[in-house]
Amino acid sequence: MIITTQPILSIITFLPLVGAIFIATLPKAAANNARWVALWTTIVTFFVSLLIWVNFDTSTPAFQFVEEYAWLGPIKYKMGVDGISMLFVILTTFLMPLCVLASWQSIEERVKEYMIAFLVLETLMIGVFCALDLVLFYLFFEGGLIPMFLIIGVWGGPRRVYASFKFFLYTLLGSLLMLIAILAIYGYAGTTDIPALLATTRLPPDMQFWLWLAFFASFAVKMPMWPVHTWLPDAHVEAPTAGSVILAAILLKMGGYGFLRFSVPMFPLATEQLAPLVFVMSVIAIIYTSLVAFVQEDMKKLIAYSSVAHMGFVTMGIFTVTTQGVDGAIFQMLSHGIVSAALFLCVGVVYDRMHTREIAAYGGLADRMPLYAACFMVFTMANVGLPGTSGFVGEFLTLLGAFKVNTWVAFFATFGVILSACYALYLYRAVVFGKLDKPALKMLPDLSAREIAVLAPLVILTILLGFYPAPILDVTAVSVKNLVAQYESAIAGASQAATLP
Amino acid sequence: MDTLASYAPALPEIVLAAGAMLLLMLGVFREDTARTGRSIGWLSIGLMAIVALLVGWGGADRVELFDGAYVSDAFSRFSKILILAAAAASLLLSFGYFERAKIMKFEIPVIVLLSTIGMFMMVSANDLISLYLGLELMSLALYVLAAVRRDSLRSSESGLKYFVLGALSSGMLLYGASLIYGFTGTTSFTALAAALKDGAGAQNVGLIVGLVFLLVGLAFKISAVPFHMWTPDVYEGAPTPVTAFFAGAPKVAAVALLLRVLHDAFPGMLFQWQQIIVFLSVASMLLGSFAAIGQTSIKRLLAFSSIANVGFILIGLAAGTEYGVSSVLIYLAIYVVMTLGSFAVVLAMRRKDEMDETIQSLAGLSQTNLPMAVAFAALLFSMAGIPPLAGFFAKFYVFDAAIKAGLTPLVVVGALSSVVGAFYYLRVVKIMFFDEPADKFSPADAGVRWVLGLSAALVIFYVVYPAPLIDAANAAARALVP
Repeated sequence: MIITTQPILSIITFLPLVGAIFIATLPKAAANNARWVALWTTIVTFFVSLLIWVNFDTSTPAFQFVEEYAWLGPIKYKMGVDGISMLFVILTTFLMPLCVLASWQSIEERVKEYMIAFLVLETLMIGVFCALDLVLFYLFFEGGLIPMFLIIGVWGGPRRVYASFKFFLYTLLGSLLMLIAILAIYGYAGTTDIPALLATTRLPPDMQFWLWLAFFASFAVKMPMWPVHTWLPDAHVEAPTAGSVILAAILLKMGGYGFLRFSVPMFPLATEQLAPLVFVMSVIAIIYTSLVAFVQEDMKKLIAYSSVAHMGFVTMGIFTVTTQGVDGAIFQMLSHGIVSAALFLCVGVVYDRMHTREIAAYGGLADRMPLYAACFMVFTMANVGLPGTSGFVGEFLTLLGAFKVNTWVAFFATFGVILSACYALYLYRAVVFGKLDKPALKMLPDLSAREIAVLAPLVILTILLGFYPAPILDVTAVSVKNLVAQYESAIAGASQAATLP
Repeated sequence: MDTLASYAPALPEIVLAAGAMLLLMLGVFREDTARTGRSIGWLSIGLMAIVALLVGWGGADRVELFDGAYVSDAFSRFSKILILAAAAASLLLSFGYFERAKIMKFEIPVIVLLSTIGMFMMVSANDLISLYLGLELMSLALYVLAAVRRDSLRSSESGLKYFVLGALSSGMLLYGASLIYGFTGTTSFTALAAALKDGAGAQNVGLIVGLVFLLVGLAFKISAVPFHMWTPDVYEGAPTPVTAFFAGAPKVAAVALLLRVLHDAFPGMLFQWQQIIVFLSVASMLLGSFAAIGQTSIKRLLAFSSIANVGFILIGLAAGTEYGVSSVLIYLAIYVVMTLGSFAVVLAMRRKDEMDETIQSLAGLSQTNLPMAVAFAALLFSMAGIPPLAGFFAKFYVFDAAIKAGLTPLVVVGALSSVVGAFYYLRVVKIMFFDEPADKFSPADAGVRWVLGLSAALVIFYVVYPAPLIDAANAAARALVP
């Protein structure tokens, strides 16, 4: 463990909160000032967070930039990142300025409160990925419910109340089961320090089984996995554009991150035992939600279901516990973070103009909006997983991992790739191609400078990561190798113990 | 002189009682106006501050007085500070309300002081007789307070209801105490603990019946299900500042008393009383959570919420360990803050001179009065147990204590009912934030604003520096469970 003196992770985590407090002190009428403060706060946070990437040591699986302060007696305030979590921090700080920009004009009421909610949410999301104490992790993990609940409920669509309640209660139920599991670990090991738990604690097999299920309840809802995914389409459809972006790009990743940080390394025996369950659920998610996506009439709903399908690849990759599978899962999460964010932003672009998300209301946009059509195409291809885009790398690696472990799982999951091409291309064709015969569409302006500023970085990243994934894979490689090696030694140790008389 | 000096540990009670008499006399010989009432009220708050200092300065050791009937230790001091804070805050809340209702009488603060002495006696009781004395002194004062609005039918009804049911519960408690005395020959907690050591009383049916009756009597006072029926009606009928008082200080005193009786007098019968507490806890959590869903009056909602909170408190008690006691004390402190803040909101729900206590009148509060909406939302999320607010830590510690004591199923029930609870707290947040705004409320009184602001700040910022409360609760628990 490398301990540095500067509390850089805390600075990144709490910088947005400082911005939020500053906005709170602004007068009520200062909507534009609130926007600018939020934008600058998120941009500064992003550049500060780049410092951890620059100074990150990719040769060690240990936690870096570790900080530790006294907090709740034996429970410490402890932060740190490793190869698994660091990139999620960067993803969060990278997407936040884009979200603020995307909300620039679409949010006109209660701007101040909106920006405060977003900045608080950013603090909590970064905290989730940096926390190195179970209780601290839980604090950030669940605290995020409050701002997201308000964002959906206050600035959402017509069925926002239903969607926000469903989102909140679903997640809360899962999380509370995890809290009980955290307390059980605390009771057994006497510590909630994550590095210490990872390094030394070997939980008894039957306890692992129940703890695994409790953590699974929380992360599966967050992920979301079939059959507990039903809150996601509702939340996505009702949330404002930036809310959908955050939900799809970051909040869903907390589930995958949780599996990697807790379920696999802390409960290896239960993971081995229950991996088939995850495979079945993942394959069902991939095929079933792809089919569901295909019949949607609402653009956001279609993308929401496609998110569930893509998360199916992630869970499948994680629970193969092979280097390729886990690498692929992390890559897929990051790529999906970029691509799904971009797709929701694309929907937001036309929604801001037309105020409808119905696929049938569009058609032939390529004529009026060539730039938009080009951007949208890049993201659609990435969503399909076309080689040369970031979507390909993750899906390919997870399938490779799955193939090593279970051929049938890989076989069925491959159908998902085909199905994703069906619905993604269908959406693209219906919206962008065809005849521009709807009178309302004839006057649509192409992307504004602000929208280009939002979408351009995402286009570049999507293509760049597709051709040159090494920067990501380099960061994750050592940590993932370590994770897989520890898992295998734990399994080998257990089977050895079982064969001994 | 030595005898006099030996009474020093009881100085807080002595000063409080003498001060209450003095203020009563002062009020009698002054003109009977609202101004007198208000100044006596402020003097009472001042007196409580002095008593709090006296309590704080008391030594750290355990001292027994009056042949062991009275005990002063870290546990009683923790509870007393909490009781004083809750009582003073509810007095602060009451001024504006009583003045508008034209019943700003000087008797009210004095009665509050007298009931506070009763509560002091309860948390310092080390004998079944002093327990009963303290309990009755507190209860009699509370019955009067509930009916203090004499011209209001609902207030009188709630006072009467409280009195009849309270008398019934006192009767049961006394019956239980007499059975315990009959089967053990002592009323002193210390002697009881010695006599019942190592499960000596576990087979004695008469003793167990006595214990059950004792617990039933106390369950009435903390409004644990199935002895909760009076709570919603009394909470709704009593004047709101009085309800705020009921929900705070007496709960602290009764729970502290329960802790003391069970841990000091009956540690040997842990297995027997644990089952009863577990049942009360489960029933309170479930009923409190489910029954609150359908409420339309904010006061009834808070009544059921307090029932559910008692259920969570009892989880910590059911653990039966030192850690359990400390978790209960942490919960109590945070609960008092949340409750007083919520009642401050109820008192601020006023248009012209009309109180409007329906939940629906909060509609769109975030657009008419954002600071108040944010403060109340923080309190509600905290009661739902969402981190990083203080209410999360309250639940965290009782859950942790119960898991360490091997009561995992109880914790699972607690977790499930807190999801149900989250639903009705969220409903209020939804009404405040998502709905179209209703008319503005009239500006709240200074006292109400202070209590609301302070409690919301405590709930939000507790996460930054949680150590002092936890240390104090641990020290108190150590004093109780040797």
